[in-house]
Amino acid sequence: MIATAGTLHVSIHYLVILPVLILFGASLVLLIASAMWRRTVPTAVTTATTLAASLAVLVVTYFQWRCLDKSGPSSTVAHAVVLDGFSVVATAVIALSVAMAALVAHDWAVRENVRGAEYSILALASSAGAVLMTQANDLVVIFLGLEILSLGLYVLVAIDRRKGESAEAALKYFILGGFASAIFIYGAALVYGATGSTNISSVSYFLGSNVVLHPGLLYAGGALLLVGFAFKIAAVPFHMWSPDVYEGAPTPVTGFMASIVKVGAFAALIRVMISGLGTQLATWRPIFWVLIILTTVGGALLALPQRNAKRLLAYSSINHAGFILVGVWAGTVLGNAATLFYLATYAPTVVATFAIVTLMGGLGDERHSLESYRGLARRQPWLGASLAVLLLSQLGAPLTAGFYAKYSVLAAAVDSGGVALALVALLSAAIAASFYLRWTVVLYAEPDDEIDVSRVVVPRGTALVIGVGVGLTLLLGVWPGPLAALAQHATVYFTP
Amino acid sequence: MTIPASWYLILAALLFGIGAFGVLTRRSALIMFMCIELMLNAVNVTFVTFARSMSDIGGQTIVFFVMVVAAAEVTVGLGIVVAVFRRRASTSVDELSELQG
Repeated sequence: MIATAGTLHVSIHYLVILPVLILFGASLVLLIASAMWRRTVPTAVTTATTLAASLAVLVVTYFQWRCLDKSGPSSTVAHAVVLDGFSVVATAVIALSVAMAALVAHDWAVRENVRGAEYSILALASSAGAVLMTQANDLVVIFLGLEILSLGLYVLVAIDRRKGESAEAALKYFILGGFASAIFIYGAALVYGATGSTNISSVSYFLGSNVVLHPGLLYAGGALLLVGFAFKIAAVPFHMWSPDVYEGAPTPVTGFMASIVKVGAFAALIRVMISGLGTQLATWRPIFWVLIILTTVGGALLALPQRNAKRLLAYSSINHAGFILVGVWAGTVLGNAATLFYLATYAPTVVATFAIVTLMGGLGDERHSLESYRGLARRQPWLGASLAVLLLSQLGAPLTAGFYAKYSVLAAAVDSGGVALALVALLSAAIAASFYLRWTVVLYAEPDDEIDVSRVVVPRGTALVIGVGVGLTLLLGVWPGPLAALAQHATVYFTP
Repeated sequence: MTIPASWYLILAALLFGIGAFGVLTRRSALIMFMCIELMLNAVNVTFVTFARSMSDIGGQTIVFFVMVVAAAEVTVGLGIVVAVFRRRASTSVDELSELQG
């Protein structure tokens, strides 16, 4: 950045920030359109805009990847935003999740007669925040991305104004989310005090070439950053909000949230922990170790007594967060690649799972007890089998994407000397298997005559989403090679 | 008489602590918001103090970002409180107990 009299020249590589611009631009266009339109904007228009924007982002990521092949990773906007393989793949995953979630939300809005462009506006703005988080190379930019992502989600959770529990969930999410953000930015302030910069590459460079005068400041800052992230990814013991919010939010919003928050937050976590504080690996690893054990085992154990599908999936996502943390703990290129692979397979799987849960919820989005799934696979074999595949993938069964995802993070951990950690994570997967299998068994059980067994209507858009989710799960399960190779190739811009 | 930078940092830490304590103990959603704002302002004091002691303008500009975020948060938060209040006529979080388990 060169400042001359009265003018400020900042060189910006627009290809890098184009995904954020597209998503946020589409959000603004819809916002203006909904103000100009005489009546409420038709849902078909808003969904089409969301789909167009996310497909445009997918196309842009292709060009970003080609640019990477030619000239390698780079940073722009005063080194605050980076273009590297990691951000490109994560952006593509977010765009895919946004498109899938938009289709599910469209069919939900038609069923529930929820009108207006609000869902699309907020979802697009939130996803712009998530994409910014994957690209951010500065603690303040991560904070901004986190807030853009979260502020949209707080409102999305409460978007169905007829439901009291949605507003309640939104309030809980908002208070704890705001609390976590404040902790995060305080951590950033302390790291700034200890190293003289909030830029992640500068922080790392400083730590690599200087003796830190105030190690206490740095450690406190790093710990607060970690607490902020732990809230966002719902790691135990910072997970309390997650089951309530997952249950209270409209189901398509839950699916959307579960996918993009994980991708955005983990991408930023890797950036901070590996790129920024990679030199302090020995210090933060033991903390991660405890966090992972609590999260994997805690998530699996707390899920066991659940009888509500959405709460069960909330605890299951906590268990998954623990597994993804194992990949971060490894702290190696292998670990980063495993984390990216896990995120890329988990996001479509979880959106498709919540798509089925949305359908099963029925009018009013209320039938979420596991009992309502009894005999589903006998009444509607395709729907039942799809859910079974998605659950088995989350369990980590062989021939599904979840297997290779779990295998790769554990292999990366063992490679870095975390045998005990890998064993504990495996143990938690074994506990988690019991509730996934119980649910799958319920799907194939003899239908109960007393319970209403009306067929679930599967609209075309949701069917497509379920098809894509199941297809990817099976395809990446039997043939993980290409995506795994891509993840290996998608290195992080700056590793000390 | 110049006040050492560490005093400002301690003040900020205290404010942050009071805010965090308030979020965790107070039961009114509005007061919890105010506590979050207090935490964010403590962060601002910290940034400005470090920026001054290092003569780095970067830390001072961050304050503007934090202020904008805080304002946006309040807007969204109050909207949600109003939505809850319309149904319950109370902002006490103790009465929010539909979701449990």
